[in-house]
Amino acid sequence: MARSFDVTRQPGFTMIAIACFVLLYLPIILLVAYSFNAGQSISQWEGFSLRWYVSAWDNEQIQDATIRSVIIALGASLIATSAAVLAALATTRTTPWRGQTVAFALINQPLMVPEIVTAVSLLIFFSMIKVWTGYTGLWYLVIAHAAFCIPFAYMPIRARLQGMDLNLEQAGADLYGTPIKVFRHITLPQLWPGILAGGMLAFVISLDDVVITEFVKSAGQDTLPTYMLGQLRRNITPEINAISTALLAISVLLVTAFFFMSRTRK
Amino acid sequence: MPDPISSTARTRAALLAPAMAILIFAAAGPLIIVVLYSFLTPGDYGGVVWDFSTDAWFGVLAERDFFTEQLSWADAHLTVFWRSIKLSLLTALLSFIFGFPTAYFIATRPRRSRDIWMLLVMIPFWTNLLIRTFAIMELIRNEGTINTVLIAMGLFTQPVQMLYTEFSLLLGMTYVYLPLMILPIYASMERFDFRLVEAGYDLYATRWQVLRRVILPIVKPGIVAGSILVFVPCLGAYVTPRVLGGGKQLMLGNLIELQFGQLRNWPLGAALSLTLLVIVMVALIFYVRTVGAEERGHG
Amino acid sequence: MTYRITPIAGIAALTLAAGAAHAEGELNIYNWGNYTSPEMIEKFEQEFDVDVTVTDYDSNDTALAKLKAGGHGFDIVVPSGNYVPIFIEEGVLMKSNPNEMENFGNVAQRWVDVEFDPGREYTVPWQWGTVGVSVNTSVYDGDINTAGLIFDPPEELQGKINVIPEMNDVMGSAIHYMGGEQCTTDREVLRQVRDKLVEAKPHWLSMAYGNIERLANEDIAATLNWNGASMRARLQNEDIAFGYPQTGYSIWMDNAAITADAQNVENAKLFLNFIMEPENAAMLSNFARYANGIEGSEEFMDDVMAEAPEINTPEELADAGYISKNCPPEAQKIYSQIWTELTK
Repeated sequence: MARSFDVTRQPGFTMIAIACFVLLYLPIILLVAYSFNAGQSISQWEGFSLRWYVSAWDNEQIQDATIRSVIIALGASLIATSAAVLAALATTRTTPWRGQTVAFALINQPLMVPEIVTAVSLLIFFSMIKVWTGYTGLWYLVIAHAAFCIPFAYMPIRARLQGMDLNLEQAGADLYGTPIKVFRHITLPQLWPGILAGGMLAFVISLDDVVITEFVKSAGQDTLPTYMLGQLRRNITPEINAISTALLAISVLLVTAFFFMSRTRK
Repeated sequence: MPDPISSTARTRAALLAPAMAILIFAAAGPLIIVVLYSFLTPGDYGGVVWDFSTDAWFGVLAERDFFTEQLSWADAHLTVFWRSIKLSLLTALLSFIFGFPTAYFIATRPRRSRDIWMLLVMIPFWTNLLIRTFAIMELIRNEGTINTVLIAMGLFTQPVQMLYTEFSLLLGMTYVYLPLMILPIYASMERFDFRLVEAGYDLYATRWQVLRRVILPIVKPGIVAGSILVFVPCLGAYVTPRVLGGGKQLMLGNLIELQFGQLRNWPLGAALSLTLLVIVMVALIFYVRTVGAEERGHG
Repeated sequence: MTYRITPIAGIAALTLAAGAAHAEGELNIYNWGNYTSPEMIEKFEQEFDVDVTVTDYDSNDTALAKLKAGGHGFDIVVPSGNYVPIFIEEGVLMKSNPNEMENFGNVAQRWVDVEFDPGREYTVPWQWGTVGVSVNTSVYDGDINTAGLIFDPPEELQGKINVIPEMNDVMGSAIHYMGGEQCTTDREVLRQVRDKLVEAKPHWLSMAYGNIERLANEDIAATLNWNGASMRARLQNEDIAFGYPQTGYSIWMDNAAITADAQNVENAKLFLNFIMEPENAAMLSNFARYANGIEGSEEFMDDVMAEAPEINTPEELADAGYISKNCPPEAQKIYSQIWTELTK
């Protein structure tokens, strides 16, 4: 070994990690490639063309669905992550308390119930509210998504909290006094990776949801997944690839920009 | 030592309130409807008729053959239950095999670049699940990318049937749920102090011993969280089996969907769902027990 | 990182979306995905100054469940013929009497007095088609007008067969293949059907939708299929032919109707009348690639449609077709059992 002994090294781990990244990106590369296909197909290459970008640009239904998906995912992940941070603070590092099991069961409940079941019960329940109140807006979807996003946001945050050093907080409590200050200046900075992980998971989970959305949506509330589900039994065109690629490009650009901005500020 | 933040029952309740309110309103509460439905009679065209009946529960495990009128185990349901449990366990295992080293790899990068690596993990998942699933299908179908490459390399003369097999389901589900494994493991490992590992090596531990005795116990909460996050949604998976399983590899999610859809037996669908719920809970209790016991053993 | 901006952006976006625009005239259509011609919608919007929204569903059952639950906001829905009596019985359709509308005279005679809506008091034709067998003729060159290709597959096709996962279509096809009638409850016939299906299943590669691509790519060589899908596959791969099983093939029709609790009834009526106009019906067909049941629409259709053997049933096979109907619950129950057994 040329270098000195590396304590972090584990045999084969880097190889597996690289294999993992390759596996993750292969389908994405294909997806991007076919968005430039000249032919009708999402699986037969017929030359380079931008026609699907043009047609996606002209397709109002696809655009509306895409924007709606992002709005719902942003709203739901924000709500779910905030609620999950609070819940994680309440349920970590405490002595056993009454109602603990119930709280855990509730938080994890969306994970345990298959989507279709929640979907049917929500259809019945929300429809009653819709008929009763006359309000049929997007909030039903946001709340429904927030609910099943909570456990996904909660898990990494809780895992992070469990691994954190209690002494710092204790010292902080001695110095600053108020719990809110301790939280802001000590807990939150340490917790941030967990929050970020939880938030990202929640966002992604919301973005992917098909079944619950399909059942809860009212008129004019198709998201990208439900729009695609509707196409599933007929035919899917590379329009979907084009819009996905565009979304991907936009989010990568945004994230990169923020990444560098936050870096230079530091 | 009391925790400075969540020390009193009242603060705890206040902190829990938002999450509980959302969950009760939009997830757990409406489930009462499902419990209710499982004890009703199916309507002729879907929905339910308000007549009490335990037929649905009976139908989960038993069936009467329409021709011989013979009562027997509901073989179809049992097959699907078993397949779902088996594939979900395997998916959790595969996700761990791929996810743990990846999380470890990221956590051992210089602090500055870790965020970039995590982003790289997440980026593929900003693309919709259905379209990713279709991309996987394109990769593994008979005339698809992988087979074309394999044949061009002369490794095979005939395409390998990967699509519509249990392999394709495993691949697809592992792909879909991988970040659910990587993220929690990474979150619990990110602050890992490698001086502990150094200490281990100073005591002449092998790499394997360090991994098992030093690293694994510390990232265990992350692994537990990750496994649950992967295993449980797999059990109820719907989209992946539908697209990659080719409709011949039914999983529980599809079977339940079928009852609420084409087969028009909502009570049976409700009863099947609750059965799934019971399986999950048994698995969770078992898991928590073994993990808990082991932890006490080490302590 | 990204999460620092979300609060503001997210809330702003939500507020915007919640206070969505209220145009003077609105119409909310609830239809199968990828089935509504955007051009035709645009034409309707301009002609009547109405803002149209199209929302998708992927099965009659989902649509029914949602309409039954209420609070959905849809004005127009497009159920399949065999579901129309159910929709009517469940009270989710409005008796809008399209038969008294101005353009009703354009409806082809065979589609006026249909069993699922006698005299057309609720529905107007949207698109219709058949369920047959798509075959890649370069793989199999025998007679294709038989369901035996699926249920007793010849050697060449084994392992390359797909079946659409539609219980009604598959059961109907299989029952007729075994000499029964659709919706039969004859146990002996059904036993044979079950045995035949279970025996055939190992030769099937998949039971899935989305077979246009897979046929064209030659991932599958035969499939139980809809005629329009088969035509689309042929346009990509000329070896694909469509067979009409001589033992009987089902004919389906999707129909537009007004929902019982529609908010925009007048616009919905305008719309029903609008799609019975030959030129507009042709726009639908040109988009969805099925026939429409409106007399005189042929002259506005694309050439590929007018000449397609998939759309224009050959004379000698016309009699084998039967109009798909809703089976009574007794039959449905047995079919469910067979279907679960088959798909497990």
